[in-house]
Amino acid sequence: MSAGQMLELIGEHLVLVGASSGIAVGIGLPVGVWLTRRPKAASPVFAVANVFQTIPSLALFGLLIPLPLLGGIGARTAVVALVIYALLPILRNTYTGIRSVDPAAVDAGRGLGMTDRQLLLMVELPLAWGVIIAGIRVAVVVSVGVATIAAAIGAGGLGEPIFRGLSTVNNRLILAGAVPAALMALAFDGLLGLLERRLVHR
Amino acid sequence: MRFLEFDGAGYTLPGGPVLLAAVSFAADPGDTVVVLGRSGAGKSTTLKLVNRLLDPTAGRVLVEGRSTTDWDPIRLRRRTGYAIQEIGLFPHFTVASNVALVPQLEGWPEPRRRARVAELLELVGLDPPTFAERMPSELSGGQRQRVGIARALAADPPLLLLDEPFGALDPVTRSGLRREFQALASRLGKATLFVTHDVAEALFLATTIVLLEHGRVAFAGPPEAFRRSDAAEARAFLEAS
Repeated sequence: MSAGQMLELIGEHLVLVGASSGIAVGIGLPVGVWLTRRPKAASPVFAVANVFQTIPSLALFGLLIPLPLLGGIGARTAVVALVIYALLPILRNTYTGIRSVDPAAVDAGRGLGMTDRQLLLMVELPLAWGVIIAGIRVAVVVSVGVATIAAAIGAGGLGEPIFRGLSTVNNRLILAGAVPAALMALAFDGLLGLLERRLVHR
Repeated sequence: MRFLEFDGAGYTLPGGPVLLAAVSFAADPGDTVVVLGRSGAGKSTTLKLVNRLLDPTAGRVLVEGRSTTDWDPIRLRRRTGYAIQEIGLFPHFTVASNVALVPQLEGWPEPRRRARVAELLELVGLDPPTFAERMPSELSGGQRQRVGIARALAADPPLLLLDEPFGALDPVTRSGLRREFQALASRLGKATLFVTHDVAEALFLATTIVLLEHGRVAFAGPPEAFRRSDAAEARAFLEAS
């Protein structure tokens, strides 16, 4: 495999992970915040998210293919599946991060006349960022791994050489996909870990 | 018109339990009304009815002659200093930013905020250059409570709600702060509602004592009358001290 092909696969993989993580943050963060305002809705929402989490990834990719709009063969279906996996850790950490902010600080802020929005932006989110980033970190690292399976439905990425290597019993080809994927996961883990530590207060 | 008035105010939880029933008393600028009672007597609930953290389910609470339910909660709270036993300083804000919270929300310009912070830290006995830029985690319990009180006073509210503000302190620091607070209260001329379960603190600070028992007023009157009261709950408090 040429270096050019390699870079292309890495690029496809990054797009899968980046798009799905971005969408998952875009949904998980506001929904997680909303659940802290409606704690009664929290347990049913988490129950649904948990069920999705338990579906084996290869099966989920397969199950999505026949669906209209979301499904089909290719990267779009893969992104939908990856979003479903990334959602739970982001949702859960946003919710627990905000709920674990010292209730006395929230009480005092409210009692001194902060609006709900001011409390969220000035107190709750800044204090919860560390936990929220930790959730995003888990989601991204898991996505890098799960995205290799997306090659099974024609989404491309680093799973492609892995599947080809498996079918032709070619270990070099398997490693050509697996090693960059592992390095990518480690790199994201390290970067987001750094961000997480910078955002933890006290 | 009284500055603050409880007019038969009560608070019942949705499920039925009555936390507060038919509470009536009033306070004017310069008064310190001490709300005294055992744990669960309804003291904190009483305070929360003033700044609309709770709305009365019976009767009324009037601030400057207007029912609290006619006040915009945000406006009412910014005119009402609030300090609680758990303090609740923002751990990611410096001491100065914590103290300047309400002035900042009210959009005071930065130089005025800074001058106010220095003035307030001085007032509660914390040297401004030493403490302004510290984080709450770098303070002792007593220092944090002082910062909590400075924060409550920041926008010069005419009404103060203090819920066991010296609660977490050792007796020596506590009586020191109590003395300082009394000097401060008579100087500032605010209407203060002060919650405690410490009868000595109540007798020392109060112009009026409101003794709560299971959400009802067991005694209301000046400290001298409290000492002579033959209400059973008042005797129980006096004998325990």
